[in-house]
Amino acid sequence: MSVATGRSAVLEQNRSPRGERVLRALRTPSGAIFVLVAVLFVAVLAANPSFGEPGSLIRFIGRTAPIAIAAIGQYFVIVSGEFDLSMGSVVTAQVIIAGNLIGQDEARALPVLALMLVFGAFVGLVNGLVTTLLRVPSFIVTLGTMLALLGLVLYWTGGAATGNPADSFRQIGRGGIRDVPVLEIIPYPVLILAAVAAGAFWLMRRPYGRTLVAVGDNAQAAALTGAPVWWIRTRAFMLSSLAATVAGIILVGYAGVHPSVGRGYEFTAITAVVLGGVVLGGGRGWVLSAAAGAFALELLFTLLNFVGVQSTWRDSVQGAIIILAVGAAAQNWQRRRRTAASPTHDPNRPIEAPRPTPGTTEGGT
Amino acid sequence: MNRLTSTHIVYLVALLTVVAGTVLVGSTGRNFFSAGNISDILTGTSILGFIAIGQTLVILVGSLDLSVPYVISLSSLIGAGIMADQAGNILPAVLAALLVSALIGLANGAVVAGLKVHGFIATLGMGLIVSGYLGSTYQGSSGQAPLAFRLIGATGLGPVPVSTLIMLACAAVVLVMLNTTRLGHAMYAVGGDASVARMSGIRTTTPVIAAHVLCSVLAGLAGLLLAARLGVGSPTIGSQGGYALLSIAAVVLGGTLLAGGKGSLVGTLGGVLIFAMLDNIMSVLQINPFLKDVVRGIVIVVAVAVYARRRTVHRQARFGRTSTPPPGPGDARSGDDDGRSGRDAGTRDGVTA
Repeated sequence: MSVATGRSAVLEQNRSPRGERVLRALRTPSGAIFVLVAVLFVAVLAANPSFGEPGSLIRFIGRTAPIAIAAIGQYFVIVSGEFDLSMGSVVTAQVIIAGNLIGQDEARALPVLALMLVFGAFVGLVNGLVTTLLRVPSFIVTLGTMLALLGLVLYWTGGAATGNPADSFRQIGRGGIRDVPVLEIIPYPVLILAAVAAGAFWLMRRPYGRTLVAVGDNAQAAALTGAPVWWIRTRAFMLSSLAATVAGIILVGYAGVHPSVGRGYEFTAITAVVLGGVVLGGGRGWVLSAAAGAFALELLFTLLNFVGVQSTWRDSVQGAIIILAVGAAAQNWQRRRRTAASPTHDPNRPIEAPRPTPGTTEGGT
Repeated sequence: MNRLTSTHIVYLVALLTVVAGTVLVGSTGRNFFSAGNISDILTGTSILGFIAIGQTLVILVGSLDLSVPYVISLSSLIGAGIMADQAGNILPAVLAALLVSALIGLANGAVVAGLKVHGFIATLGMGLIVSGYLGSTYQGSSGQAPLAFRLIGATGLGPVPVSTLIMLACAAVVLVMLNTTRLGHAMYAVGGDASVARMSGIRTTTPVIAAHVLCSVLAGLAGLLLAARLGVGSPTIGSQGGYALLSIAAVVLGGTLLAGGKGSLVGTLGGVLIFAMLDNIMSVLQINPFLKDVVRGIVIVVAVAVYARRRTVHRQARFGRTSTPPPGPGDARSGDDDGRSGRDAGTRDGVTA
């Protein structure tokens, strides 16, 4: 009886009006990040009204694009229950590859671009295979890749990266479609970000995305349902490294070639993902919330900038806000669990564990 | 003792490193076992050793500590700042530095255990907070350690530096704490499965907070040692060394499970020793500093891969192929869904099993 009412309650919840569903979603950590973004946006507007002009707004989105793309890539790995610490080194490596291999030769831009994508996928493949097949914790694997990759790239360039890729290549990061009516300019990074976000959104609704979340929630159960856990996780690592590659391509455009480009990107991306309500350990969170987490971080920096906080104190404010936001989100998950908010679960009617029959534990070979 | 535990493998790898070191260093016409070289290696173990001991505790309870580099810097600055070249100020300076470190650890522990924030994020945030303070308060190295204090970093008993002896003494104390006291056992229990530990009547917050406080205090000691070596305190000394990630690597290299609940301090010391010997061999061979990072990265992954597969073989199968009666309904598993960390550790073990 109570199971029947539980089911119908879920159905009712799922069929409730769209507005009600959105409101309910906003109360979860993955939804609350959009409220945080809105609050920060209003605060930035209050500090500097000219930030709201379409032109400067679209430029802000363009500036945030690389970190948002990196956060989307990191999301795939984190939601599958792993870490990718090699992201920053991949960004640096790609920036230096572009700087050294393209040079002033415009004709090389496309082949090198292809090479960078292949290289990114390869790094992800190595990370994924060592994590899944050799069973080394991903934290250690990607830490090793981070050290080895950065060391190799710096050894190759002798520590001082030089090189200035052809202007057409740099246009990807700094150019845009000009003479747009309201916005003046639509930077290419904004378009790339939109494409990546749409692709990630689509992918998470595909069987692959659903399985990825299932693997992150309980890898053993996913394996028992027949999911190839190792290949699903490996592809997540490849997506992460590819996202870092795309972020690197954009960064070449407006940051130039320097070994410090991309430093600390892995921690910023993980922070953005966690701010977006994605749980470390996997299985919970929405991919667009991860991107929103990146926007929240960037808005926070902008706000601190406009309010005139001394630049040295920015780290402290950032640290405090991360702890508070994630702490609040953790309290939220806890409370929902404690009060058994899920209508399918009736605390008065514990679900009986299946009793193993003698045949299943002793007879099977 | 017919089975190789991960600790044995760590020391086998360390032995292998010694052999490789003897051959490689010998090929340059120098002696790997000369007093100077051994003292050099042992000096290399001291700083990372302090941090790795603390990191072992934190990882055992299922958390992480990424704030150690900033605690090291802060402690070196507070220590050297209060000493101000007066030998009489050494004791208050050391106490103040350790007290501040302990407070940072307490804050870390309170956020991890109280607010249920993942240790990765909590200590990353705390590290940022301290780093902001360091950046705004100190422009460069400051303070001055008196000669009596600097001697700690410079003298030794034979080839063994005093700093390494202090580190080993700390390791011995922590080892006794882990293996014989109630707190030590509670740390293993909470790291293994927090919800099972809670249902067994263990306060789950105390071991987590204690581990974080001890980790920060040990990082504070490392900072004071660095101040003794340099003679001044420096706001960048911790982050330059990359100690946070290297210490985690040393702990995992030593056979401790990153998910917590399983591991040994002795293994960690083996991991630290391997790192120190690697560094020494590469310095003697005059390998390009960038290639050192490459070697380090590859060694970390390969060494962990060697026993990451086989470690799980030793786990007893929980279900099937046993003569024990099957567990009844409402067994310990049903408590799983009220502790995220417990569930997490469960799946991790399950994946690798």
